Amino acid sequence: MVARVTVAATVQRGAVVPVRINILHKMETGHRYDVDGRAIPKNVIHTLTCRFLGETIFRAEMGSGMAANPSVQFYFVADAVGEGELLFEWQDDTGQRGSQRTALKVLA
Amino acid sequence: MRVVGDCSMAALLVVSALVSATAGSAEPQRPNPPLSGVSYASAAIRAQQNDDAANPGMLWVTRGEALWNEPVGSAKQACAQCHAAASISMKGVATRYPQFDNSTKALLNLEGRINICRVKQQGAAAWVYESGELLALTSYVAHQSRGLAGAVVIDDKNRAAFLRGASLYQQRMGQINLACTHCHDQHTGKTLLAEKISEGHANAYPIYRLEWQGMGSLHRRFRSCLVGVRAEPFSPGGFEYLALELYLAWRANGLPNETPGVRR
Repeated sequence: MVARVTVAATVQRGAVVPVRINILHKMETGHRYDVDGRAIPKNVIHTLTCRFLGETIFRAEMGSGMAANPSVQFYFVADAVGEGELLFEWQDDTGQRGSQRTALKVLA
Repeated sequence: MRVVGDCSMAALLVVSALVSATAGSAEPQRPNPPLSGVSYASAAIRAQQNDDAANPGMLWVTRGEALWNEPVGSAKQACAQCHAAASISMKGVATRYPQFDNSTKALLNLEGRINICRVKQQGAAAWVYESGELLALTSYVAHQSRGLAGAVVIDDKNRAAFLRGASLYQQRMGQINLACTHCHDQHTGKTLLAEKISEGHANAYPIYRLEWQGMGSLHRRFRSCLVGVRAEPFSPGGFEYLALELYLAWRANGLPNETPGVRR
């Protein structure tokens, strides 16, 4: 699954860091019908997590109220100095998983 | 100021070439200078289009970049193997399309060119018009021309298609009995439902429409307009739409490319 992560490459320790992820996904609500009148099954990204330096810094549970191609922005406080990757992982209702890694360095 | 001068100069040259070639017939009118459709959109939509982090169309561009580098077909060729870096080889290409193709003797837009490349060079099956892959690669290629002014030239080869497009633009269609020109020339800036009517330039396609919850081609937009006036839509990728696309491209010459655009 295609995703784009927007975050600064390096931040200062203690800074409030905005992180944004956009994911290409239909986010099918389960409330629609196809041209033959059959219900289109619900298929949304139900869980999205972000880990950094071994710690889960963000977690979201989403439902059918989210629009297609969800765009999620959150802020976290960079309180640990180090160099690592923001690791995003998500899963949709069909069991399909996606992940995206983005390098991030926290300076002392 | 320099750029503006150059653009109007180029436009003048095109107009004079056209006048000399179609002497006797009325010269098609176009807005001067053309104003991009995004100027008619709300501040929120403009901000979303201008910020790559917020623009959902960039997801298709990202997907298109992966497709560009992926070897496919019986030839196991990737676009990148012949064309190298798209940021160089595809820069400005979208500003010159639709174009007349000498080998197939047909008018081609970017989608058509990509499909011909797939069949002839890569030995792969052509993508269905409006499919996710075709939209993604078209977005990626067109995105390389972002900021560059439209520069379509009308010559002997494409003039027949151009004139067909110009006449389609003026032709009343559907139960509502409207032509493109009635909204996009005579009523620009006025309100239609909740939207401001734009000049109808195609400088940001493929485009992300919030209503579509996804990316769509110019031909899908044409379809929406035609259904809106209760006319029978033409077939996507067909000659009528290509001719209209060529006419619109000429009409928007000088306007910078904005792919991927965002509209409500």
